Amino acid sequence: MRISPTKFISLLFLVLSVFYLYTAYNIQVFAFDENAPFNARTFPIYLGWAGIILSSLKIILPEKVTTEVNHKHLDYKSIIYLIVISLIYAAVILKIGYFISTSLFLFASYYFLGERRWGLMFILSFPFVAAFMYLLHGLLNIYLRDPFLKYIGVMG
Amino acid sequence: MIEGILIGLSTALSLTNILMVMVGCFAGTIIGMLPGLGPMTAIALMIPITYGFDPSTGLILMAGVYYGAVFGGSTSSILLNAPGIPGTVATAFDGYPMAQQGKAGKALAIAAYSSFAGGTISAIFLLVAAPSLSKVSLAFRSPDYFALMILGLTAISAFSSKGQFLKAMMMVILGLMLATVGQDSLSDITRFTFNNMNLTDGISFVLIVMATFAMSEALTIIFRGKDPNRAAKQISLTELGSIKVNKEETIKMAKTIPRSSILGFLIGVLPGAGATIASFLAYGMERNYVNEEEKQKFGKGSVHGLSAPETANNAACSGSFVPLLTLGIPGSGTTAVMLGALLGFGIQPGPRLYQTNPEIFWSVIMSMYIGMVVLLILNLPLIPYIARILAVPRNYLIPLILFFSVTGIYLMSFNNFDIFLMIGIAVVATFLRLYDFPMPPLILAFVLGGLMEETLRRSLLISDGSPNFLWDRPITLIILLITLTIVGWQIFSTFRKKI
Repeated sequence: MRISPTKFISLLFLVLSVFYLYTAYNIQVFAFDENAPFNARTFPIYLGWAGIILSSLKIILPEKVTTEVNHKHLDYKSIIYLIVISLIYAAVILKIGYFISTSLFLFASYYFLGERRWGLMFILSFPFVAAFMYLLHGLLNIYLRDPFLKYIGVMG
Repeated sequence: MIEGILIGLSTALSLTNILMVMVGCFAGTIIGMLPGLGPMTAIALMIPITYGFDPSTGLILMAGVYYGAVFGGSTSSILLNAPGIPGTVATAFDGYPMAQQGKAGKALAIAAYSSFAGGTISAIFLLVAAPSLSKVSLAFRSPDYFALMILGLTAISAFSSKGQFLKAMMMVILGLMLATVGQDSLSDITRFTFNNMNLTDGISFVLIVMATFAMSEALTIIFRGKDPNRAAKQISLTELGSIKVNKEETIKMAKTIPRSSILGFLIGVLPGAGATIASFLAYGMERNYVNEEEKQKFGKGSVHGLSAPETANNAACSGSFVPLLTLGIPGSGTTAVMLGALLGFGIQPGPRLYQTNPEIFWSVIMSMYIGMVVLLILNLPLIPYIARILAVPRNYLIPLILFFSVTGIYLMSFNNFDIFLMIGIAVVATFLRLYDFPMPPLILAFVLGGLMEETLRRSLLISDGSPNFLWDRPITLIILLITLTIVGWQIFSTFRKKI
């Protein structure tokens, strides 16, 4: 039996709702709140049941409108590159600082999306990030944590 | 009211705020013009910038971005037949044929004048309606608010789901579930944190907006291989023709604008409806109003056909501020983003905003007028130049959107857990979008989640745990009956199609 992607997503949502409901029933409330008309569990329990009912209906009822996605037209390669670069960016931003990590992230993203104009890639990464940091930190007075720039004495 | 208008004018006309309206309109036009990126993304991307401003200035900037994005959406509809936002789909029906006839400049001018008129007329309605509604809404009690939120979430699911009501309702539940993560507001008991300290304060609203809109839209564009600029090559963006509108066309617009403004405003006020429905209804209504000869021109470059949806969608934008400013309940995804930003500033919109923060209440309304003027006198002559933005390759556009998204989160917490969480949510949202699971209901539910739980808590405590609060008060009952009618209509339309 072939299950449509929409019904599969609904099935995942059903599993999530069951797990959410189970967790909701296990929320520790204060002893005096246990039998109160409303405690920290009440709303999540309603939501859990609502999720179960809605996802079950979506799975059971026939689909009125089917959403067809042609996977051949999906660019998995580029999106995987971008997600991996973003994850690396997130991992290193605190260690090597905002300026260097963001500039490298932009440069690498341009490259992996097929850009090869090196001069423009450079301008739209390092100087662009520097200008943006100046706008935030220098003009708008928004604190931008950058341990590296602080270490070399560029930022206070 | 005069005093309020003066307060609003003095705030909105300060040099900083005028500059913010201009920047907002300009940035909004550019972002809204890019197919796939709408006002919600535009506003979300502006949130980090507003951190350094006072609430009025921040909100004025966002209002400018909102109008600019709607105007920008019309531009891509007319020039490329690629609406930047759903609210400008109807604009393309007659705007694009007009552009193909070599009258792109004229089509843009008609769109701009209609937007200006629609926005200005509805801002006058807002000026009159908002203070009165604020006073009326003071009579609302917790059960009424709870019912109103149920209505808003049901309505946005019904209207934004392209006939897939259940999918939209599932997104509502997901949004509410995400809103329950973190400490319970009353008892401080942590829920759904799985002993992760980073989740104790809950998931930030900015994170959810950035993930489900800015970042996931960027990923979707890449994923679908959709080049927002590929169509730009089809039309000359430097030879748009004259932007002058002749007398006959002005008369046609003058007939269309008043009725489309009223319709647009009323639709905008309704929770969940908004610019898309307003523009389609105005287009349909206008087609019924005009004579047989004009009717034949619809779809082939009719002035009425272009003016009506443009007027209505801008009027609906102003209308959507009514429930936000008077009840504190946003009627659309875009105003939900603005509510989230307001809450970030420590301001709770609602009936008391009119009394507690009159400068915010009035300056937002007055900035709408200024925004309209800016759009007309600044953006219209610049359109031939702004239109070239459509030629920015996605190789640069996408990384810059990702950069703004990550920066927004980094500025908020200086914590890479939040960035990881945002990337995770964005990836899930990208797949959900692929299968037409709409995101606006999720955002609205996430924003309303805390307030909804609070009003339910109060209602249940007052009624000692009994569900009687749902029908004890006539207002609650009426609101819930409207909600049931919407649900019933969705069920009926599902079965009717099957038969």
